[in-house]
Order: sequence, then C-alpha cells, then structure tokens
Amino acid sequence: MKKVFLTILSFLFFTALVKAQDDVYPAPQQKGILYITNATIHVGNGQVIDNGTIEIKDGKITKVGPGITASGNVIDAKGQQVYPGLILPNTDLGLREIAGNAVRGSNDFAELGDWNTNIRSIVAYNSDSRIIGTLRANGILLANVVPLGGMLPGSSTIVQLDAWNWEDAAYKMDIGIHFNMPSLLIRSGRGRFGGFTGMFQQGAGAGTDPIKDALNKIDDVKKFFREAKAYFGESSRKETNLKFEALKGLFDKKQKFYVHCDQVKQMLVAIDFAKEFGFNVVIVGGSESWQIADLLKQNNIAVILNREFNLPTLEDDDVDQPFKTPYLLKKAGVQFCLNDDFQEARYRNLPFNAGQAVAYGLSKEEALQAITLDAAKILGIDDHTGSIEAGKDANIVISKGDILDMRTSIITDAFIQGRKVSLENKQTQLYDRYMHKYGLTENKN
Amino acid sequence: MRKTKLLLRPCLMLSMLCIATVVLAQQTFPVNGVADPRTGCYAFTNATIVKDGQTTLSNATLIIREGKITAVGTSVTIPSDAVVVNCSGKYIYPSLVDIYTDYGMPTRETTSGTTRGFGGFFQQQFATNTKGAYGWNQAIRSQFNASEVFATDPAKAKTLRDVGFGSVLTLDKDGIARGTGAFVTLSDLKENLVIVKQKATANYSFSKGTSTQSYPSSMMGSVALLRQTYLDGQWYKTNPAKEGVNLSLQAWNDNQSLPQVFDASDKWSVIRADRIGDEFGVQYIIKTGGDDYQRINDIVATKAPLILSLNFPQAQDVEDPNDARFVSLRDMKNWELAPTNPGVVEKANIPFCLTSADLRDVKQFWTNLRKAIEYGLSEAKAFDALTKTPATWLGVYDKVGSLDQGKLANFLITNGPLFNEKTSIIENWVQGEKYEVKEDLWNDVKGQYNLVINETNGPRNFTLDVKSANAANILSGNDTLTAKLSYDGKLIKLSFSTTPARRPGGNGGGFPNGGFQGGRGGRGNAGFRLSGVNNGDIWQGNGEDSAGNAVLWSATLVKASQNEADTSSHRKFPLRLGKVDYPFGAYGWDTLPKQETILIKNATVWTNEKEGILKNADVLVKNGKIAQVGKNLSDASARVIDGTGKNLTPGIIDEHSHIAAFSINEGAASVTSEVRIADNLNPEDINIYRELSGGVTTAHILHGSANTIGGQTQLIKLRWGVNDEDLKFKGADPFIKFALGENVKRTASSQGNTRYPDTRMGVEEVQMDAFTRAKDYENQLKALPAATRRNLELDALVEIMNKKRFITCHSYVQSEITELMRVAEKFGFKVNTFTHILEGYKVADKLKVHGSNASTFSDWWAYKLEVQDAIPYNATIMQKMGLNVCINSDDAEMARRLNQEAAKSVKYGGMSEEDAFKMVTLNPAKALHVENKVGSIKVGKDADLVLWSDNPLSVYAVALYTIIDGTIYFDRQHDLKLRKEIASERNRLIQKMIAEGRTNPGAMTAARPSLQVILHCEDDVDHQKGLLETGSYDDILNQNQ
Repeated sequence: MKKVFLTILSFLFFTALVKAQDDVYPAPQQKGILYITNATIHVGNGQVIDNGTIEIKDGKITKVGPGITASGNVIDAKGQQVYPGLILPNTDLGLREIAGNAVRGSNDFAELGDWNTNIRSIVAYNSDSRIIGTLRANGILLANVVPLGGMLPGSSTIVQLDAWNWEDAAYKMDIGIHFNMPSLLIRSGRGRFGGFTGMFQQGAGAGTDPIKDALNKIDDVKKFFREAKAYFGESSRKETNLKFEALKGLFDKKQKFYVHCDQVKQMLVAIDFAKEFGFNVVIVGGSESWQIADLLKQNNIAVILNREFNLPTLEDDDVDQPFKTPYLLKKAGVQFCLNDDFQEARYRNLPFNAGQAVAYGLSKEEALQAITLDAAKILGIDDHTGSIEAGKDANIVISKGDILDMRTSIITDAFIQGRKVSLENKQTQLYDRYMHKYGLTENKN
Repeated sequence: MRKTKLLLRPCLMLSMLCIATVVLAQQTFPVNGVADPRTGCYAFTNATIVKDGQTTLSNATLIIREGKITAVGTSVTIPSDAVVVNCSGKYIYPSLVDIYTDYGMPTRETTSGTTRGFGGFFQQQFATNTKGAYGWNQAIRSQFNASEVFATDPAKAKTLRDVGFGSVLTLDKDGIARGTGAFVTLSDLKENLVIVKQKATANYSFSKGTSTQSYPSSMMGSVALLRQTYLDGQWYKTNPAKEGVNLSLQAWNDNQSLPQVFDASDKWSVIRADRIGDEFGVQYIIKTGGDDYQRINDIVATKAPLILSLNFPQAQDVEDPNDARFVSLRDMKNWELAPTNPGVVEKANIPFCLTSADLRDVKQFWTNLRKAIEYGLSEAKAFDALTKTPATWLGVYDKVGSLDQGKLANFLITNGPLFNEKTSIIENWVQGEKYEVKEDLWNDVKGQYNLVINETNGPRNFTLDVKSANAANILSGNDTLTAKLSYDGKLIKLSFSTTPARRPGGNGGGFPNGGFQGGRGGRGNAGFRLSGVNNGDIWQGNGEDSAGNAVLWSATLVKASQNEADTSSHRKFPLRLGKVDYPFGAYGWDTLPKQETILIKNATVWTNEKEGILKNADVLVKNGKIAQVGKNLSDASARVIDGTGKNLTPGIIDEHSHIAAFSINEGAASVTSEVRIADNLNPEDINIYRELSGGVTTAHILHGSANTIGGQTQLIKLRWGVNDEDLKFKGADPFIKFALGENVKRTASSQGNTRYPDTRMGVEEVQMDAFTRAKDYENQLKALPAATRRNLELDALVEIMNKKRFITCHSYVQSEITELMRVAEKFGFKVNTFTHILEGYKVADKLKVHGSNASTFSDWWAYKLEVQDAIPYNATIMQKMGLNVCINSDDAEMARRLNQEAAKSVKYGGMSEEDAFKMVTLNPAKALHVENKVGSIKVGKDADLVLWSDNPLSVYAVALYTIIDGTIYFDRQHDLKLRKEIASERNRLIQKMIAEGRTNPGAMTAARPSLQVILHCEDDVDHQKGLLETGSYDDILNQNQ
C-alpha cells in the first residue's frame, strides 16, 4: 500500500530523483501513548489474542489484551497480524557488507589470532549497512552481532536495527563469549575444510592426527579458562590481563558461553565445559543436535540452530532432516531458537526458516517463539523483548498475513522501542526508480 | 643354486657373471672374466602338470632349455644333459600374468589432484612443460614408451613372483594418454632379456596425473581432450604443413594398432570410456574400479573386456557410534559386496582379467583372490584370468600363459592344487631361472624325528616334533619343550632348553630369529644350540650345549604327519549379503519404478493453461502422458490418488542446476565450448532424490561460470535410479553456458589472475575473438572440408551462430548484459537466456527488444560486489516488462524449495500466484524450448506432476508425490518406508563390520567419513555448508587413498 503511494508520488513529482538510502532516517524516540488496535496479536509465548489492543507508552508496552479502550494515536491493524520484532541470533551483520571474502575492504568480522576474548564486535558495527534496511523490511528488528576470528573470537552484542551509530544501536552490550570449537572429524580432503567449524579452517600438517590436534587445542582452551579462574581468585594483581578481564562476566554468569559446533563429539565437549566451569552454555550451529536432544535437555544446554535451509549431512539422512530438527528439539524439551545465516540472501529469510519448521512439525506459534521469545531467552534479553507483554520494549511488527509464509508475509509497520521505523531501503528505492523508468505501477496485493 | 639377492645395478658386470647361464650364443655385452655358457636344461619329472585351464597331466615331465619350454608330456624323453628334478607330489602351473602393473617404472612424487576441478586456479599454466616436438597438452603422453624407461626392480619382482606372477604388462600410470606399455618377465636378468614385447598396449585414463598444465581441470575436459586428440590424430595423417612434426600425434596414430587399455576408476567411467571408444571405432579393454557389480547390465552393454582389481575395501572401525554416523550406507554396502565383483562379472559372461594392481599390499593377492572365489568367482575362470586371457589379449600367448613347447619357461611348482588354501608356491621359475618362494616346503618336514645329540659323555635321545619349518617341540618324557626351529629348505637352526620354560605354554614361534633365550646363564638351565643341514632323510650338524661344550647331532624322520584336509573350497556358512539397489546406496530401488496409469481425483489443479487453476478437478495419466483433465474422470485400470484438499501442479523445472554431474567447471581456459556436461553425468547423486522430494522433475545442468564461454549443458529429468543416458531429457535443444563478470575475470582471487580476461572489456574481446574464429572456421570447413582440422570448440560456436545451439549466460550487471546482446547481434543470433541476471530490471526494455529469456534468483544479493544492486523485485519488473521470467536455484539445497522462491515475487512486487508459479514451471520450459512437452497440465504433454499438501507457493506445502512420465519417482509414504530400511541396513552392516574388526583387527582401518560432493557455479568460492560437504569428486579419491 505504502509503495503504491510512493509510486504515485514519484509520478506526481516527475522530476523527483529517487532517494539514496541516505534519506532513510532512523525514527525519533517515541513519546506519549500509542495504540495498535483490532489486531490478531501473536504474543510470542504461544498465546494468540484475537481482536486485541496494544498500548505503548514512551517506548514500552503498557497493556496488551482485548477490551482495552484506545484513543488518540491509534494504528488500526484490522485484519492484520501483529508479532514481536524478530530476532536474528547469530550474524556478521554490520561487520561484513559483502558476503564471502570477495571484498576484503568490507570485512571486519575476524581478528587475527586464536585468543581474542577481549575483542568486541560492537565497535566495528556499521549501523549504515545497506543490509540492515532489508531485514527491517521483513520484520527483523534485533540482531546478535558476532565476531568470528580464531578459537575465541570475542564477545557479541545485541543491536536494534534502526540507529544512527553503534552506540545508538547497542541494545545489550557484550552478552557472551564465543568459542569456535575445533572439528573432531577426520577429513583428509582439501585442507581448508578440515579445521574449525568457523570461518577460518586450516588443514592439519602432514602426518599429524587432526583429532589429536583438535583435542590438544580444546585442552589449551580449558587451560586458558582455568588460569582465568585462578586470576580472578587473586585479590590484587601486579599485571592486568585483558584477555582474562574480558571473561569476568562469564564467570559471574552475567554472560553466556556460545560454543560454535555441529558434531556430537564437539557438543559432548561443550557439555563438559558447562560442567567444569559452570558456564551457561549455548550451542551455536547444532546441525547434529537432534541426535543428543535428550542429553542437551538434561544438561540445560540451549541451541541456536544456525542453518535450517541446509542439505542433510549424509546421503543416508532423512531428506528433510534439517527441516525437522527444530521439531525434534522441541519434542525433547531443548531450549532452542532459529537463525538464518544464508549468505546469498543475507539473513532476511529468518521468518521463513520458522515457517519451514512448521511444515515439518512445529506449530506456528512454536515456530514464531523460536525467532522471538526463545531467541530472547537464549540471548539473555527476554526481560526487555521477545514477546508482546506489558513491561517490555515495544518491538513490534505488523504484517498483512502470516509472517512465516512468504506467500503472505507482507510487513506494513514495524516499531522498535515504540518508534515507527522506516521499511524503506536501498532495494525498495531501486524498485521505485525502475518502476518509474518504465512507467509501471504495482499490483494490488 | 640360491639366487643372490644382490643384483644391484651398479654391480652390473659382476651380475653378468651369474646370470649369463641362460644366454647362449652371442651377446653384445663383454664378459669380465671367463665365459660361462650353460644350457640351463632341466627336467621336472613325476609332476602333476597343469598346462592350461583345460589340460592337466598326471605324472608328467616338463623339459626346459635356454629359458624356454622344450617339451611337456607324460612320455617325453629326458635329455642327457638335463638336470633332473623329481617333482613327485608337486604341481606345476604356468606362472601367472598380471596385465596391469607399473613394475619397473620410475617412481615419482604423487601430487594429489588438489588443483583439479578448480582449473589450477592458483597456478595457471597454459602451455605444456614437455620439451621437444610434442603435442600441445602435457597430459597427452602418447609418445611415451614404457620399454624405454623400464628398469628391473629385484625387490618388486620378488614380491610379485612370490604370489605367483612370472610376467607382467607394465605401464606408466600417468596422464590421459599414457603411451605404450611393455610386456616383461619378472626375471632379474638384464632388461634387454626381460622385455618380451616392447609395445604391448596403448594406455589411457581420465586423469591428467602429474601434468602441471591447467587444461584439462575437469572430467569433462579430459573427455573433450581425448575426443579432440582422436580428431587431431586423423587430421595429422594428412601431414598438415601448419602442424609440422608432432611426435605425440604421430605416436598416437602408431599406437592405435595396439590393444587399447583404459583405466576407469568407477562404473560410470567404464561406461564413459566405452562411449568415447564407440565414437572413434575403438574397443577399449577397461580396467575398472571394482564396482561393476553395481551396474552390471550397463557394463555388459559396453561389450568391453575388463581388467578387475582384487583390491577390496577394508572394514572400518565403526565401534564408536559417532564415528559410524559419518560412514555412508553406500560405502558400507560396497565393503560388503565388492568381493562379489569378479564373480558377478564372470556370471555376466564378460571377458575379464584379474590384476594385483591397487592392492594395498601385493601379499594380499591370494587372500583376496580366495575371497573373490568364496563370493562367487570360479577357480577355472580365475585361472584363465591370470594366464591365458591376459596373454591372449596382449598378443603374447605364444610366449606365456600356458605350459607348451616353445614358450618361456615361466612356471610355478606348488605342493598342491593352486587354489587350495593350504597350498603354497614353492618355486617360481621365470625364463628358466629358479626363484625360491617357499623352498622349505619342497620337502614336507612335518613329523616326528629321532634326535640324537652326541655329548662328550655319550648320545642323548630326544623326540623332535616338527610342526612346520618354523615351529617344533621337543618331547621329553611327559614334558613338551618348546624348541626354536628355523629351516629354510636346506639349513637348519634348532635350539631348546631341556627343562620346561618358566612360563608354560610359551610359543616357540615367538622367539626372534637367530636368538637363543632358553638356557644361557639362566639359572643353569641346560639346553642346546644346534646348526645343521638337511641331507635328504637325515638332518645332521654340530652345536653347543649351554655349558659351551661342542656336540654333534642328527635327526631321522620316524613318522610323517598327515596333511589336514583342505576345506577352503567348502564355505563354512552361506554368505548373507545385502542387495544391489539402484542407485547404489541410500534411497535406491530394488527394481526401477514403472510407468502407471494414474488418476488423481478431486485436486486443485494448477494447469498453467488458459483454464487457470481448476478446483475439484481430476487428471488422468496414461502411457507417460497427461490423458485427460476434467471432472468426474474414471479409468478402471488406474491407480487412484485422492487429491482432496491438495494441489496438483506441473513438475518444477530448474533452469540452472549443478547437480548430477562429476564435474561442472572446466576453468582452465576462457573458451571451453568443447566440454560437455553430458559426458559426466552422475545419476546417483543423492541430490536428484532430494530435489524430487521438493517437486523438481526437470533440471538444466549447466557448466559453471568459471570462464567466458563455458561448456555444453544437459537437460535432465530426475529419473532416480536410471543410468546416465536415461537421465537425459530426450529431444531437447542443445544449450551452452556462457558467463560474464567477476567469476570469469576471477575478481575474487587473492592470488591475482593471469588468465585473460581480467576486465569486462576483455570479456567482450574473448567473445569477439571466439566467434570470429568460428566464422572463419565455418567458411574454411565449407571450402576445404578435407583439409580443415575438425575443431570441437569452434563447432559448438558455429552451432550457436546457426541457431542450432542456444546460450544461457550467467550475468549480473547491466553493462555486461547489454554488451553480450550486442556481440550476439553482430554475429546474427540472440542470447536465448540470461541466467541470474540480477540487474535485469535495469535493462528489461533492451532484453525485451533482443528477445532473451531471464532466469533469476528471488532474493539473493550482497555476496559480491557485482550483486550490490540486486533487488527482490527484479523478477516482477522483468515480468511486467513482458519478459519470460524464470526463478532458478543454482543451489542443490534451494532447488528443493523453488516453489517458495517463486512465492517471493508475490511478496516482493505483488505478482499473481499463478504467474509466480509459472516462473518455476512453464516459463523455464519455454526458455529451454520444451514447452511442448512439459511445463503445464495439458492433454498430450508429459505426465510430470507434483501433488502438494497445500498451496504450492506456501512455505507449508510439502510434495507428496512427484511423477515423471507417469512414473512415481517420489512418494512420501514410500520414503518413510525407505528411511526404516536404511536404518536397519546400516545397523546390520555396522554390526557386521564390528564383528569383522574384532576377529581380524589388522585388516581394519579407521572410520572414514563419507564426503558429500556438492558442485557449484563458481570455481573460487568456499561454499561449504555441510559437515561432510566437499567441492570435488577428487577429494573422495584422495580421502580413499
């Protein structure tokens, strides 16, 4: 609808040049009271409120439910679906403008060295990345920006996707420490696929046992944490160790330990970390997690399923294995959320990952929860967001239809902390530009 | 005379003294010393002589002289100058012939194919490194002759002789054309005398081996190079002045009269090699990868004689379930069934030879041969396959392969029938020279002996119980003392302690050779160390007791022990083996599914015709075609599928796919129009099945985007289970892949690009140059057809200009799209399809005028610089501008969800659902010129249909049935059944491997994850997504080495 309007506008002002993305402004702070009415509200916790109203005051949700009287500033969402803002739980957004390693200049995601606990993703986050607007337009309003370099690549920060700069964008700083677990799989093919499960994979030297090497590296990481623990045991220190200092929150349980791995053996090692150090462990990746779902549940290990749109690991696997993994985790009671790390489409298909999981076992509200409230819980931000409940930030998306199905997922409005954010982006602008060139008009949907 | 093992080449003259025995008459080599001419005449009498597979003579005599057989028979006269060897109780066989070795070839560092498949990306080498008047490609080594570099290798000769070989074909297993192989004996004589036939074979393969030249870098490239070289060879016969002297082509032509032997590493390569042979009237003898049993009917159809290795996969250590997890059913099944291969080939009446090639250790030869026999190979055929057959194929049956007068004196003396498990080869005679193998078995020493040791104070008697040449006990009263015995057929070493060892049950065989650990200094333990010689029936010699006193001794046989019955030919238990399914491995069929009459009732039918979407409609399928569309249809013979609440659509057509092929990119040159995807289809790619589960029925398998003018494409239907030929979409127009932009100028290479072009400016010039050359070529071909060299690269370009072949071009930015249209217009054709075309929306008007189809991604962008302006509204704008727009996958995973990708145009730009779905069905059918056969539900069209659980554009829709030509290739219920079968079959094999590993730990190897090959458009992007994913089939070969 909005685009129709814009198109008409561009006809009216024939000479008007199409805006660059630079003209898409972050929204100002929301003040006062705002209502969203007549909506089908998908709360994010499994609940659905028909014909409900949301009251928002100064960026926070103050009331949710049927029978709330609205007046003044009202957005009528009749016939529309309202959802919590979607959360992208593991991404290089803002750190890498162009995927792959095609353009070195656009790369700010992997620092040199293995021991980068003190690295902080947020300081390199480019809040003007052109990708951000395309995520907002699909209802993704928060993201966990994760560094990738080395075994211990550093800490990640949650950003909200409508900001002037990174300080503005930071939603919750330094939420956890990440660990790229070395692979425990023997592969003698191309060396570059043999190392870490993360980005930088190095082949083992000739004649070495890659599994032994990996286990040695894991031991080194354990040793590192043992020494860090001892470091904090000291009351005063002659020298400050920045790499250890960065782990304070982890030992205080204010941060979580995000272990990036897919193989069962790696996940067993991750559980071992949780036991030895008492860390809150989250598995990131977890393509094989369905095999040990009960064990993960027993040990309270949460999983960020990194890539659902993936081929099965082995030709013998069920053809729909990655699609039904969310259901299998749900069935076992494992806390999990879904990610989209598809480099070629740049993460905008997060809701459709959830939709696919519905086709293979989850209920729609469970699937929604896996990209909203459960993501918030796993990232430790559920006290602020993840569901449409009183007291939380007004991070809200309005869609014409089912947000999980690309056939109907047409976002009309989005709010971050009550601020009505622009759904325009470089791509909508190019669209308008060429619709204008050819004198075309958009179909009514 | 025991043959010296020190025949080192530096001692040539010295060795000439020893080995001059069989060389009579004259020779060029001077003798340092006194001439020593001998006749080498021997008579082997009283033997059971197996002359060949048909003829066995009892109590017969074999006479040899000067290295050759002079007589064989039951009544031959023994020459007066013959050395007579009584072979009573012995068997004499012709020595075996190995048709496929690299014996005596120079060893070289093996460089694993790390650059293969990737176009030698980081070390582009355009020209050959071979110096001299040879051909252009380093992998064509037709000028190579094994005989010219052959050098005897006594150590290797011995290992081969020890398992029974007397002569071998030897070749250099390097390159695509490997030159000639030589036929040599395994004698330690000087090379001059060992080479039986200088040029016995001409050899070929698909692997470029050590060639450092970039081309070819793919399976398709190897095929294309072979094909072009055949043509070049024919052309060279006309002595073309422009070519000058080309020794490679000259040798190529000369070698054509030899037996042509092709090394094919797997069943599809066997079939592929045979097809190349068929094109040029050549019947190759094909060395296979041992998996012929998996497609035996297709192998039979090649009519190729085969060379079969006896190398079988090892059991893997799958005790750890997390290790077992990554070993595929296919690999485990092959482990179980590979030993059936020779038997299966025999039963299929395919002529075959056996070879020791590829064995991890030649010593496994008999173990594996007996295993093959246990798994169905007959002894008679096995014997022929190691004697007469190879000798006949190589044209040397007049010299080896049977025991007949005039042939080389190459024979085995054994102590029993050759194939019996308990039989050993005692001697292997080659060219009349004796080589001992297990000389100690000449006389069966097993039995009880009366051992007398004469000490200073008189003789002492013991009973010596000899178990074998290396194991014996001393029976002394009630004690059984373990003795240490070493007997080499002549000399004896024996030592023992006269008191029982402290650890009872100690095994005499456990002592290291030559040491004595019994008595010396050990608490005054008495004992003896004896040394002696076997003089026929009596052993005698000297020795010392543990006090150091000299003794003399003798031993006389009292009672020979009975030979145990040989049970090897009787299987202990019946073999329980899994079945061969099609494709081999997970989700295969026992028998291929058949075309059915099918009636789908009461479905929502998306016709893609003017009828639009029909509610509650029926579709009848007969004889592979759509027979009727309407309401209330009936057919008594039909299988009825209830479509209530479901959606029936035409099958999805993927305009841009890289599945089902062994290689995708031939990136070694900027113009490779000669390569053909069709040459390397892989009908067993699991992604075929996976895509069926996503409703795909037709896929256009494209060459990658590594170069400006890529290879010829292949349209396939996803007929899971058929062979490569039946996978093809019959009667479709031929296409070719072009590419533009960053991939072809290799922007992403961090090492820098040295292959022209490096800019979009250069890309245009590559196109201009190629079509200009093609135009000139076409004219010349018309004017002087006989004198013009057939050029497969230019042939394909001529076809394009004559509108007989059509381009689908990888493209992104508007400048390059316009550029190619203008080049095409200059040469009078149009670009049929621009694929990817992410900036198509910027030049949609120009595309409309030119008349191209557009095949794009729904929402990809920002994965490289040239796709920064990609927008998800692209398809919608182009469609509004009147273009025929398709959505393609270019991705094995996404291809399973093309319906969802189409749906995104409903979201981005508001395309109608019907139009959106056409972008993955009817529109690609049009772009591929097959809309008269597929793409809509219309009476008379192919019955390629999908029944969906929901609206096919919905993320919630799941394909329930996928039907191609009226055959149900995917059925979700059947799929669930297959999953259970896969799980139980995996478990059975894992248990079987574990059991084998526990009984025979030495034969087991570590668990080897089964890599999953996923090929991609680009040749430079690290696309790995899955744990086991890899980008080249070569990685599997490397992993298995």
